[in-house]
Amino acid sequence: MLEIRWHSRAGQGAVTGAKGLGDVVANTGKEVQAFAFYGSAKRGAAMTAYNRIDDRPIINHEKFMVPDYVLVIDPALVFSADITANEKEDTKYIITTHLSKEELIKLVPKLNGKSVYVVDCMKISMDTIGRAIPNTPMLGALMRVSGMFDIEYFKNAMLKVLSKFPQKIIDANMTAITRAYNEVK
Amino acid sequence: MAEKLQLQEVEVWDGNMAFAQAMRQAQIDVVAAYPITPSTPTVHGYAQFLADGYIDGEFVLVESEHAAMSGCVGAAAAGGRVATATSSQGFALMIEVLYQASGMRLPIVLGLVNRALASPLNVNGDHSDMYLGRDAGWIMIDAFNAQEAYDLMLMGFKIGEDLSVRLPVMVNQDGFITSHTAQNVKPFSDEDAYNFIGEYKEVNPMLDFCKPVTYGAQTEEDWHFEFKARQQKALMDSLGVIKDTFAQFEKLSGRSYNPVESYMMEDAKVAIVALGSTVESAIQAAKNLREEEGIKAGVVALRVIRPFPLLEVKEALKDVKAVATLDRSAPGGTLGMLFNEISAALYQNDNRPIINNYIYGLGGRDMTQENLKEIFRDIKRNADEGRLVTPLQQFSGLRGPKLSFFN
Repeated sequence: MLEIRWHSRAGQGAVTGAKGLGDVVANTGKEVQAFAFYGSAKRGAAMTAYNRIDDRPIINHEKFMVPDYVLVIDPALVFSADITANEKEDTKYIITTHLSKEELIKLVPKLNGKSVYVVDCMKISMDTIGRAIPNTPMLGALMRVSGMFDIEYFKNAMLKVLSKFPQKIIDANMTAITRAYNEVK
Repeated sequence: MAEKLQLQEVEVWDGNMAFAQAMRQAQIDVVAAYPITPSTPTVHGYAQFLADGYIDGEFVLVESEHAAMSGCVGAAAAGGRVATATSSQGFALMIEVLYQASGMRLPIVLGLVNRALASPLNVNGDHSDMYLGRDAGWIMIDAFNAQEAYDLMLMGFKIGEDLSVRLPVMVNQDGFITSHTAQNVKPFSDEDAYNFIGEYKEVNPMLDFCKPVTYGAQTEEDWHFEFKARQQKALMDSLGVIKDTFAQFEKLSGRSYNPVESYMMEDAKVAIVALGSTVESAIQAAKNLREEEGIKAGVVALRVIRPFPLLEVKEALKDVKAVATLDRSAPGGTLGMLFNEISAALYQNDNRPIINNYIYGLGGRDMTQENLKEIFRDIKRNADEGRLVTPLQQFSGLRGPKLSFFN
């Protein structure tokens, strides 16, 4: 069982990202769960979304999770949200930031000694898609860090997930995924 | 003519999408609805299919849930296949009309996405609304995940519309935990789904002007009692049709359904009885406890809540030593519904297990693996001692000091 927790703001696409990842994973014959904590969420409110991935049907419906990966797609949440909650020794953090890894850890001492990766999904999504929707680039970074799927296979699978969008948006997302895959450190 | 939708062998749908897709495939004549969280995406999804040309039927957006169910009653009496979806306060507002629908013997299908009832206001999942509808004369079935929400929504039409049943059917799923959690779902093709349900069969349609009929006539003490007795008989007898429908569905899909579901009960000494997504979480906890602590744990669940499958409950729990009944609804000054009804069934057995009650998960409070394991360990003590050593009713997952009653 692989478990992923997303930290996001409502409207940044964490739920869409979690479901998109679910679609790709289900196509490979694996079982997935994608869900979120909503409450009466307003655009901009801090929120969390979750993925579970396994070879067997997933029957555990508890919201509690000890994540293998923590994906932070809003740069400010690393300071305000409890991103290290219920972590384990080898939890990997992929964090959206314009800072270098060293600069970030200096500002957020609780990340010291953890497995931290940084990528600027905000800039990438602004450059490519033209809006601050950092979910698809984060998936590109996750592919690089986790080695879950070959990047070309993943991009192909994402084409199907994004098929309801205009071609321009699809192309921009593909560029964003590739850039994040290459730029994550 | 509606267009067909090409579906993949495995889709990743949440419970609301599962409801909306099954409703689309059922080729419903009239949906009258007033969206409310967390069932909104069922109605939204259905409206989207209609706007995109995948649905021929009428979709009526009304001014309240009372009007939604009233519209359903009118359309069903007129002679069409009818469905709607709601949750919580919306369901509460429908209550008056729910009794009209069942009394008029109208096979309306209601997708009920379970949510807490205010006050305090809460949009998250518990079974307060489901429990509120228990005496309304509807068939009530319960899905534990998105796949089951899809399957049971399809079966709901076939069961309710059966000529020997003709009763409304409520298909339940957990708000958010099921309705907003995307999981692998294997759908049928549009053709296979529709052929399974079959053409709608009209019975005394009001739009047949050659044969005028009255729905909802006034009966006082001369006929009301006989009428209600017939209604009860039809509801009790529907269990046979439900079982037949489950059997036909299994032939088509390979997925098996039973009025009472049993998991690892062959050699279980202790069992949890539950509803909704907690059933699956409890199976996970039971599996882990068997491996980790050697506790012979099992799970029993009501797939069919009404008609209450009393004989099947007796059979499923005849060999266990202790039972925990888990109710996700504030019991309003008594023991939980599952405790009362399961106890009543087990009282008929020669060997009566020690049985207790847990109230949990109100307003969407997480039911964790650790909570479930704690309950299994609790009732193992009851089983080992051969008597009730725990309180009769406890609250599981509550913050602050422990709360229990009937100690």
